[in-house]
Amino acid sequence: MQTATVLHGRENQIHRKGTAPFAIDCNKDSLAGAVSQRACVFCGSRVVLYPIADALHLVHGPIGCAVYTWDIRGALSSGPELHRLSFSTDLQEMDVIFGGEKKLYAALIELIDRHRPKAAFVYSTCIVGLIGDDLEAVCRRVTEEKGIPVLPVMSEGFKGNKREGYQAACRAMARLVGTGDTAGIAKHSINILGDFNLAGEIWLIRDYFQRMGIEVVANITGDGRVDDIRRAHGAGLNVVQCSGATMDLATMMREEYGIPSVRVSYFGVEDMAEALYTVATFFADPEMMEKARAIVREELEKLLPELQRYKAALAGKKAAIYVGGAFKAFSLVKAFRLIGIDVVMVGSQTGTAEDYEELQQITDEGTIIVDDSNPLELSAFLQEKEVDVFVGGVKERPIAYKLGVAFCDHNHERKEMLAGFAGMLNFAREVHDSVMSPVWQFVPRRTKEI
Amino acid sequence: MTTMPPYTSTTNACKLCRPLGASLAFRGIEGTVPFLHGSQGCATYMRRYIISHFNEPIDIASSSLGEKHAVYGGAANLKLGLRNVTRKYAPQLIGVATTCLTETIGDDVKMIISEYEGEFHTGEGHPRIVSVSTPSYGGTHMEGFNAALQAVAEQLTEPTAPHAGVNVLPGFVSAADLRYLKEMLGDFGLSFTLFPDYAESLDGQALNDYPLIPAGGTPLAAIRAMGGARMTIECGATLPERSAGSSLQRLYGTPLCRLGMPIGIRETDRLTAELAALSGRPVPERYSAARGRLIDAMVDGHKYLSGKRAIVYGEEDLVVGLTSFLAEIGIKSVLCASGGKSGRFREAIAAVLAGLPVALPEVREDVDFHDIEDLADNLAVDLLVGHSKGYTFARKKGIPLVRVGFPIHDRMGGQRLLHLGYHGAQALFDSVVNTLIAKKQDDSEVGYTYM
Repeated sequence: MQTATVLHGRENQIHRKGTAPFAIDCNKDSLAGAVSQRACVFCGSRVVLYPIADALHLVHGPIGCAVYTWDIRGALSSGPELHRLSFSTDLQEMDVIFGGEKKLYAALIELIDRHRPKAAFVYSTCIVGLIGDDLEAVCRRVTEEKGIPVLPVMSEGFKGNKREGYQAACRAMARLVGTGDTAGIAKHSINILGDFNLAGEIWLIRDYFQRMGIEVVANITGDGRVDDIRRAHGAGLNVVQCSGATMDLATMMREEYGIPSVRVSYFGVEDMAEALYTVATFFADPEMMEKARAIVREELEKLLPELQRYKAALAGKKAAIYVGGAFKAFSLVKAFRLIGIDVVMVGSQTGTAEDYEELQQITDEGTIIVDDSNPLELSAFLQEKEVDVFVGGVKERPIAYKLGVAFCDHNHERKEMLAGFAGMLNFAREVHDSVMSPVWQFVPRRTKEI
Repeated sequence: MTTMPPYTSTTNACKLCRPLGASLAFRGIEGTVPFLHGSQGCATYMRRYIISHFNEPIDIASSSLGEKHAVYGGAANLKLGLRNVTRKYAPQLIGVATTCLTETIGDDVKMIISEYEGEFHTGEGHPRIVSVSTPSYGGTHMEGFNAALQAVAEQLTEPTAPHAGVNVLPGFVSAADLRYLKEMLGDFGLSFTLFPDYAESLDGQALNDYPLIPAGGTPLAAIRAMGGARMTIECGATLPERSAGSSLQRLYGTPLCRLGMPIGIRETDRLTAELAALSGRPVPERYSAARGRLIDAMVDGHKYLSGKRAIVYGEEDLVVGLTSFLAEIGIKSVLCASGGKSGRFREAIAAVLAGLPVALPEVREDVDFHDIEDLADNLAVDLLVGHSKGYTFARKKGIPLVRVGFPIHDRMGGQRLLHLGYHGAQALFDSVVNTLIAKKQDDSEVGYTYM
C-alpha cells in the first residue's frame, strides 16, 4: 500500500472524514506542476453550449482548441447535427501579429452561408484574449449582415477554470433568451437546464415531465435548439441540474424575468423521484403530484427487482468517485448505496465549500474527500482504500485500469444512459459488468493476493 | 505545386497542435515528465486525446497560468511547477514545451529555466530540463514532435568518443512499430539508440503499483552519447532540413542517413539494405522470409485490389509511406491529403512512386476534412486509409476505412497497429484486402461464402 504524496499547497484540499473537524479548501487555482484533471475556461463554455444542435460553434483560435473538442460529447440530437462538426479559424502566426478579426469575419460569413445555422457562437481562446480582437464588434457586424444572432463567448482559457467557462456560456445564452415569441406556452411549463442529452437522457426526462402534464419549453442545452432558448423566458420554472453549468443562466433569468428555479438531479432512484416531486410541489397541483407518484411507482416496480439482483452480487464492494462537478457526486454516493456499495473516496474538479460540506454529511467515516486531485493522489487513494470500482471520466479510466480496478464511465462521451430510472439500471449493470469481469483474476493486484 | 484551399475557415481539421507532438516525443524518453507552459486546459485536453488512443495514463504537467500571469508573465508559475514536478515525480528529465499563450506573452523560457536552475539546481538528483518552442499558431503536432527531438538532441547530448551504436529516429510511429524496430535492429546485431521510444511508456503492462513515471523510454545515457554514433538513420520523407539528425551532424559530425518511413516493400528494402551495410551481415532470415511471404500474399490477393482507388490522409511522412505501399499492391491513391504543410509533400510522393507504373495522385497539403470531402466528390473512391477522424466522412459516403496511424479513437489497440517493415506491410495488406473483400461481400445480394 502506498500513501499519497501530497504537494505543499494541496494538503488542505484533502479531508478524511472523522479525523478532524470538517474543513476543505476549494475553488482555488490549480497548483502548477500538480497535473490537475481540470481543463480550462474554454472547456467549460464548450461543454455547456456544445449540444445546441442547430447553432454554429466556431472556435476562434489556433487549431488545438477546436480539434480536441471535435465530436467529443455523446450529446444526441433529434434533428440537426451541426454541433458535431469542428469549426476553427485556425489562427496562424500572421494573424497573431496583425489580428484575427478579418479572418474571423470571413470565416463566419463563409460558414453561415454554407450551413444556414439558427445562431452562431464564437468562442474566444487564450490567444484571442491576448491579441485583443474585438469579438463583440465582429459578431455585431455579422449579426446585422446575416440576420441571425452571432454571440461572442468570452472563454479565454487562462481566465480561470471550468466554472468561469460556465458563466461565459450562460452570459452568451442569456442574450438569446427573451428574443422569441412566448405565445401559446402552457400554464405548467418548464425549461430543463443542465442536462446535455448524453445517450439520449433528456428524452427520458422530458417524457417523465410530459407524463405529468408539463410542457417543456427549452432544453438547455441537451438536444437544444436556438428558437426554443429564445422563448425560454416564457416558461414557469427553470429546473436546473448539475453543479454550476447552467445555474448562472437560471439566476440571470430570475433577475430579468422573475422565473423561479429549483435544483434537481436525475441520477439514482431517490434523486430522480425527488426531482419529479419537487417540480410537482412547485406547481402545487395535486393531480400533477399524483401523476408523479404514479410514474415513480410504475418505474420502481420494474426497476427494484432487477436492482436487487445486482445488489446481491455487489454488496460490500468499495467505490471511489472523481467527477467534474460535485453535484453529480451526491447522486452517485446515493446510487452506490442503493446497490450495496460503500463509497470510500469522493472528489471533484470544481466543487464549492457547500458541495463538500454536503458530501461529508452523506458519506461514511473515513471517506476521503478531495478537491482538484491528480493521477498520483487518485492512484494512491485507490490502493489505500482497496477500491473495487472507480467512477469518473476519460482521464480517470486508465488510472483505474492500470491498477486492476473496475471502472464506470460517467463522462461526457459516454454511450450509456445513466439518468432517470432506466439509467439507474444501466448504472448498476455497468458497475456489475465491470466489477464481475473475469479479467480481474489475472491482474497483478489479485494474483498477488492468492 | 499545391494550392491553398479556397476556404478561410477550417472544418474538422486533419492535424493536431504542436505541443501535443512535443508531449508524445518527451514521453518516449526514460524518466521524463512532459510539461506544458501555458494554461491548464492545454495539458488536460491533450492528455484526454492521447489517452483515448493509447488507453494508458499520460501525465502531462502544466504551469497552470491564470489571468494575472498572462499580464505579468508566467515565470513564477513555471518555476513552481518545475519544483512540484521534481518533488512529486522525481524525474530525470522535464521536457518543457511552450503553448500559444506563453509564446504570445513573450515569456523567455530558456532564461526562466536558467534562473530556476541557478536557484534550485544543486547538481545530482535534480532533473535536467530541456525546453522547446511550440506555439500552436503554426505547424502541426509533427512540427512539435520533431522540434522536441531536436531540442533534446541539441540540449542533452555531449561530446562523446565514437562508438559502434546507430541512432534510429523513426518518426511518429506506433508502439508496436517501435518494438518491431528494436527487434529488427537487434536481429541485425546492431547496437542502437531508438529515439524516441514510447513502446513501453505508452503501451505498458498491468501493474500492482502506479508508477510515478512509466517504465521505458530512450535511456538518457544513450541520448547523451548519440553524437558518437556511427550514423543517424532518420525516417521521414518530408522532414525539414533542420532536425534532430541534422543537429547531431552539425554538432558532432555524426553521419546522417535520411530514409522514408519503412512502409511497404521498397521503402523497407532501403532500410534493411542500410542495416545490412552497417552490420556487415545479410538480412536475417526472419525478415527475408517475411518479405517472401508478403510477396506471396500480394500475388494471392492482387485481383481484389487491382485498380482500386484510395484516399490516404494524415501526417505527411506516414501518407508518403502508405502511398508507396498501396501503389505496390495495385491500389491507386487518387488523393494524398494532410493538414501539414511541409512544402515537400508532393515531391516526396512523386519520389516514392518513381519506377512504378502509376500516375501522380492529387497531393494536397494544408487541408481539412471539408476539403477532402470536396475533392473526393469526383474521384470514385473505394477506400480510405488514415486515422479514425476520417470515420465521419467514411460513414457519410459509405466508403470503407482502414484505420492506421494516430489517433484511433473508435477501436481498441491503435498503439498495437504495426505499419513498419515487411511484417507491418503484411498486416496492412491483410487489413486492406479484407476490408475490400468484406465490403464486396456485405454489398452482395448473393452472400457469397467463398470470395
